[in-house]
Amino acid sequence: MNDALDVALRLLIVFVVFLTFPLIVGQTEHKVMAHMQGRLGPMYAGGFHGWAQLVADGVKFAQKEDVVPAGADRRVFQLAPAVALLPYLLVLVAIPIGPDEGAVGQVLDAGIFFVLAVMGVGVLGSLMAGWASANKFSLLGGLRTAAQLLAYELPMLLAAASVAMAAGTVSLPGIVDAFEWWWLPWQIIGAIVFFVAGLAELQRPPFDMPVADSEIIFGAYTEYTGLRFALFLLAEYAGIIVLCGLTTVLFLGGWHGPWGADGLGWVWTLLKSAVLAFIVIWLRVTYPRLREDQLQKLSWTLLVPLSLAQIALTGIVKVVIQ
Amino acid sequence: MAPIPGSGLAKGLAVTLRTMTKKSVTEQYPDVQPDLPPRTRGVIGLFEENCTVCMLCARECPDWCIYIDSHKETIPAATPGGRERSRNVLDRFAIDFALCMYCGICIEVCPFDALFWSPEFEYAETDIHELTHERDKLREWMWTVPAPPALDPGAEEPKELAAARKTAEKLAATQAAQTTPASQAAQTAPAAPTAPTAPTAPTAPVEQPEPPADRADTRPGPTEPPADRADTRPGPTEPPAGRTDAKPGPNPEPESGSNPESESGPNPESGPNPGHGPTASEGGAS
Repeated sequence: MNDALDVALRLLIVFVVFLTFPLIVGQTEHKVMAHMQGRLGPMYAGGFHGWAQLVADGVKFAQKEDVVPAGADRRVFQLAPAVALLPYLLVLVAIPIGPDEGAVGQVLDAGIFFVLAVMGVGVLGSLMAGWASANKFSLLGGLRTAAQLLAYELPMLLAAASVAMAAGTVSLPGIVDAFEWWWLPWQIIGAIVFFVAGLAELQRPPFDMPVADSEIIFGAYTEYTGLRFALFLLAEYAGIIVLCGLTTVLFLGGWHGPWGADGLGWVWTLLKSAVLAFIVIWLRVTYPRLREDQLQKLSWTLLVPLSLAQIALTGIVKVVIQ
Repeated sequence: MAPIPGSGLAKGLAVTLRTMTKKSVTEQYPDVQPDLPPRTRGVIGLFEENCTVCMLCARECPDWCIYIDSHKETIPAATPGGRERSRNVLDRFAIDFALCMYCGICIEVCPFDALFWSPEFEYAETDIHELTHERDKLREWMWTVPAPPALDPGAEEPKELAAARKTAEKLAATQAAQTTPASQAAQTAPAAPTAPTAPTAPTAPVEQPEPPADRADTRPGPTEPPADRADTRPGPTEPPAGRTDAKPGPNPEPESGSNPESESGPNPESGPNPGHGPTASEGGAS
């Protein structure tokens, strides 16, 4: 009974985090992006600096008609948003934010494998949406998504593998436990490759080729309206949370920090993730979208070699210090 | 030297970060009224007391958006045996702001300073026909006309002021010459205030220090704006010091008789201001 309660409580907390943190990131993006462009962003909803803008957006989405195109593959079309969103919820369960047993939804021995495998499933949602929409723009978007997944999953995996080699474990809490401060310069290339590849996998600007709205309307999500569309958007922001959390755990030492009592490790995790989320927004505001071929070129000619070099470096250092 | 790879990317990040730390330029308009410069071309106000129905504005208007109707009234002769005079009475003055292109030619061309720019801009309508605003509305906008911006500290003295001062000095000199030398010292002191205020302070638009009683009100009509707007809108009671071309300024020689045509000024209804137009032209010329 106690175990069941424990599990239920953990899942509930993870679920609440899953529902609120993306909204916080989204609101931050509204405001940060606005101020980076010399604007104010939302100012009305909720009264104080538009804090409730995303709530208002959610209400608006909920009121909209849920349209399924006549030529669409109904079942797949309706299922796609869930496939896009749920993997991030599952990944969130496995990300530890503190050193204790209670600071992680579920400790998994093969944490990295689980996390990366499940994150890849999220892209499947976009593929399904693109294929099932019976729309040429959606199809193009879906194909671009697939190409992007192929290109960027590899450097992401290699970079994560480098950390796993360094720590000698694939368990996420295990990796953070083994973390020393000098891993930061040691794994910096891997960290950058992982972060950039993660951005590309989330289809965040400047890697938003699959949804490039000036070229293919909104890619795979062109035909979606209302709540299903909102779910895709939520998936994107949940993806930011997951990516930032994972980068923090794998490369930035999670709950390790220069100061702070033992009980406050989770603050460090959240702080590092928040800084990374800010960088995600910052990159979006700053850089223009890459062209499709540039996108592929960046991955295959830069990120993959860099991650391979990182693995080599990790191996050499690992052998030397033994 | 080739730039460091990635320096362009860093520069881009720096630009966005710097912009974020600066104050944003957004105008929160419905909540906060914009701070418009005094010469803003918002709407055209009509100071109808000054209008003589000369029709210059309507004729110069490139869009033909000014509608003026008037009729003639005959004023009986002032003295027995004199000639009757006629004057134009304004019946309708309307500007179609759907046609108006805000060129301001009507305002420039008006010889009697009856038209002014106002920064007021919130007069959108849902029907294009309602954009034709009649004289009462145009008159109301007069209250929103701001005081003209002050002259630069080193600016040339406005012509009206210079002319007025010169005549006043001349007058004082002749008066002083007529009196005995003994009382000369006593005479110059009261004569001094009849001269217009020294133009060294152009921020104070022409204040007529001690005008003759019958001319106390050179700008007839509503010298007192409604109480609610009196604070912000000085309105037309003060002649704009910056308009050197058309402003009559204080007529410095009311009794001198050197200006006889001013008595038959084109604006008879503005009784206390007979020399309005012609004086202006003469003041500028002298």
